[in-house]
Amino acid sequence: MKRHWKHILLRSGDPFIWLTGGALAASLLLVIGMIALIFVSGLGFFWPHALTKFDLGDGKQVLGALMEREEVPNPDNPEHAVRHRIKVKQGNRDLYGMDFLWIDEDQIKSRELPGDAVQVERMEWGHFYGYVKEVKDGDKPVATGAEAFAKVQALLPEAERIREEIRSLERDSVGEINYYQNQVRLKLKKLHMDGVDTGPEVDALTKEMDSWQQKYIDLTKRIAELKAKQTYSVSFTAPAGALASGEREKTMALAEILRVDKPNHMSFVEKCSYYLAKVWEFVAADPRESNTEGGVFPAIFGTVMMVMIMSVLVTPLGVLAAFYLREYAKQGTMVSIVRIAVNNLAGVPSIVFGVFGVGFFIYFMGAGTDKALFPEMLPTPTFGTGGILWASLTLSLLTVPVVIVATEEGLAAIPPSMREGSLALGATKFETTVRVVLPAVMPSILTGLILAMARAAGEVAPLMITGVVKLAPSLPLDGYFPYVHLERKFMHLGFHIYDVGFQSPNVDAARPMVFTTTLLLLGIIVLLNIGAIFIRNRLRKKFSAATAAI
Amino acid sequence: MSSPASTDTDRTDLEVPGRSTEKTATGHSPMRIAVQDKAQDADAAPEVPMVEVQNVDLYYGQKKALKNVSLVYPQKRVTAMIGPSGCGKSTLLRCFNRMNDLVEGCRVEGSIKINGRDIYDPALDVTELRKNVGMVFQKPNPFPKSIFENIAYGPRLQGIKDKARLDEIVERSLKGAALWEEAKDRLNESALALSGGQQQRLCIARAVAVEPEVLLMDEPCSALDPISTGKVEDLIVELKERYTIIIVTHNMQQASRVSDYTAFMLLGDLIEYRDTTTLFSRPSDKRTEDYITGRFG
Ligand SMILES: Nc1ncnc2c1ncn2[C@@H]1O[C@H](COP(=O)(O)OP(=O)(O)OP(=O)(O)O)[C@@H](O)[C@H]1O
Ligand SMILES: [Mg+2]
Repeated sequence: MKRHWKHILLRSGDPFIWLTGGALAASLLLVIGMIALIFVSGLGFFWPHALTKFDLGDGKQVLGALMEREEVPNPDNPEHAVRHRIKVKQGNRDLYGMDFLWIDEDQIKSRELPGDAVQVERMEWGHFYGYVKEVKDGDKPVATGAEAFAKVQALLPEAERIREEIRSLERDSVGEINYYQNQVRLKLKKLHMDGVDTGPEVDALTKEMDSWQQKYIDLTKRIAELKAKQTYSVSFTAPAGALASGEREKTMALAEILRVDKPNHMSFVEKCSYYLAKVWEFVAADPRESNTEGGVFPAIFGTVMMVMIMSVLVTPLGVLAAFYLREYAKQGTMVSIVRIAVNNLAGVPSIVFGVFGVGFFIYFMGAGTDKALFPEMLPTPTFGTGGILWASLTLSLLTVPVVIVATEEGLAAIPPSMREGSLALGATKFETTVRVVLPAVMPSILTGLILAMARAAGEVAPLMITGVVKLAPSLPLDGYFPYVHLERKFMHLGFHIYDVGFQSPNVDAARPMVFTTTLLLLGIIVLLNIGAIFIRNRLRKKFSAATAAI
Repeated sequence: MSSPASTDTDRTDLEVPGRSTEKTATGHSPMRIAVQDKAQDADAAPEVPMVEVQNVDLYYGQKKALKNVSLVYPQKRVTAMIGPSGCGKSTLLRCFNRMNDLVEGCRVEGSIKINGRDIYDPALDVTELRKNVGMVFQKPNPFPKSIFENIAYGPRLQGIKDKARLDEIVERSLKGAALWEEAKDRLNESALALSGGQQQRLCIARAVAVEPEVLLMDEPCSALDPISTGKVEDLIVELKERYTIIIVTHNMQQASRVSDYTAFMLLGDLIEYRDTTTLFSRPSDKRTEDYITGRFG
């Protein structure tokens, strides 16, 4: 009887459905869990934390944001009452030496949320938590106590304007002068290499050099003037920390301060606006403090640009190769072997491609280019070192199998009758290929490209040795001729995650940044894919009546 | 193969059924249709040969798919090709626009002339030939483009870029294929959105757009429902005013409805070729009779 029942169950195939469905559900759950984790950890990062004052007795106080709470592990005495401890971000690295502090809960005598506690964001040393004491203009006190906070808020916009102006002068204008001076220097060097050391050409160049030098001197003067305007300073008080009693004082130049907030005093709307400002800073600003603060704009830019260059390189390469394999090559053992090889190429570890990129692109092609085109720069390499072009080329090699396979599949799916229809109208094979086959295979090409982009955007290992750096001084695209600087090193979100999360001096403080950056990377890949899928579906709609599926 | 003299006479004053058949070396008559059969046709105009096939052998590698086939297709007539599956109808048809060139290992011997010109002459431009000899396939094969672009495809290949000219050609071709009324409001929609019958008429329009002289149709209705089939058949009858049509069909009724002449093939041999009425009413070969009465095939 029992056997009979089992037999029916097996015959019906229901267990198999449960099994397959279960597998799908498990995978979906894992993916959803991962995305949820990244979302929560990543998006929560910017929300302002309340500042709590923990009284530890004996006059010892800690002011900071509560980050985590956990049970104190107590393996020796399991039946002992469960104790908890909390992790507090106390900031003030310059005073205490570390940002985070574990406190056992039974040490805490009392907690309160002081309304006038401020959170200071500054150029260096991470957050400062404390109380505003006094604002001074030079040596002259301007505001103290309760007015000081308002005064700081009033002064900050002007301070920021001056800081930005100095920064733009130091970076852009000085950069520009450096750039042109360097150009002149190289021209002189080239002339020297050609044996010309005197004459009108040299004189003209020397003169140009002098004029740039004069501009540089003017500029330094201007910067000094601006710096002279930065006279304000703000002093704060903060508890002396968990180890000492009393208070400590800290004075900073106003120019050092980015923003001052009273998180315990913020209304919901203010919190939201704080949040949005932080998010905007994250995507639009340059990184600070070895990438743990500020934004990731250069990394976003580098990632997107690298993927774009890679797409531009990989599409023609892969499509042409696939066309040759499927349309022109004589189908036989040779072609089959090539096809298998191409398929296997997709499984080669990416670092291998990176090594190839270094060996072939950088050391061979790059060094060759330098010798041929930029001899005056040597021994400083131009293309003979990692750069966005070589990184993109390496990634194109990595992803070209994907494009080839997708295109080939598309070509194979085009019925021979379609080609015959074109040939029968008097088209040559080439005309047929270009006018009928290529448009028909376009959706497949784009599918391949989508896969290639997704792979390329997430790839880090080969990039680390072919051109990605922790901090790039300039973007690979800017206002100086030739505008696109393919030889430059660049920043990349994937590498940024690794760098911030595991290489930075202050891993604890940077950890939320890892999630945020991951979220951003995911978002960018999704955006790139949506763009490509959108184009592909439009093409599909154009070509077929069948409703396009993703 | 065929002597130029005989062809010349054939072309000037040959009437279908051809009479000068005894001249060929093999004794196979290029036109086997008997004079007396044709005599029934009161308004029998002199037939002008369009496609002349003489002693054609065709090999797919070692396999001989056509065996010494000789026949002449008259101009502006519909000639049907019937015969059991695998007898070589498509193979013969695809010789006329040299689609067999695409098949590896395919070899053609003998002579095929269209309008007096040997189409296997090495000096001949195959694409020119194909512009002159249109083809409609068994399954409709529109390009994945708009209706307009499908029809403009051939003219564009010939270098016509002028939008007004193309518009005019598209309209004329669609009208010629009896599709204008159904398609005129959706010219920019995908051709794949049309029904099967419409697609097949679109393919006919596409072939007609390059103004060929000969139209080859390989079972053009086999994928269509009876109503669409009827429309295509009507169209074929209309088209023969202007084109020489050679149509392969498995449907005896269709052959008798649309064609003027019918050729029956069997295992690569041309068995019988005469005007359709006679072939279906009084076949002279036993095998033809067996086939059309459904005893085999
Ligand atoms: N590409 C090819 N390579 C080798 N042999 C072929 C090829 N095409 C056709 N043949 C062979 O040639 C013979 C004639 O084929 P063909 O397609 O002309 O037959 P058909 O009369 O059109 O048949 P059907 O009515 O089924 O379409 C068949 O025996 C077939 O197997
Ligand atoms: Mg056939």
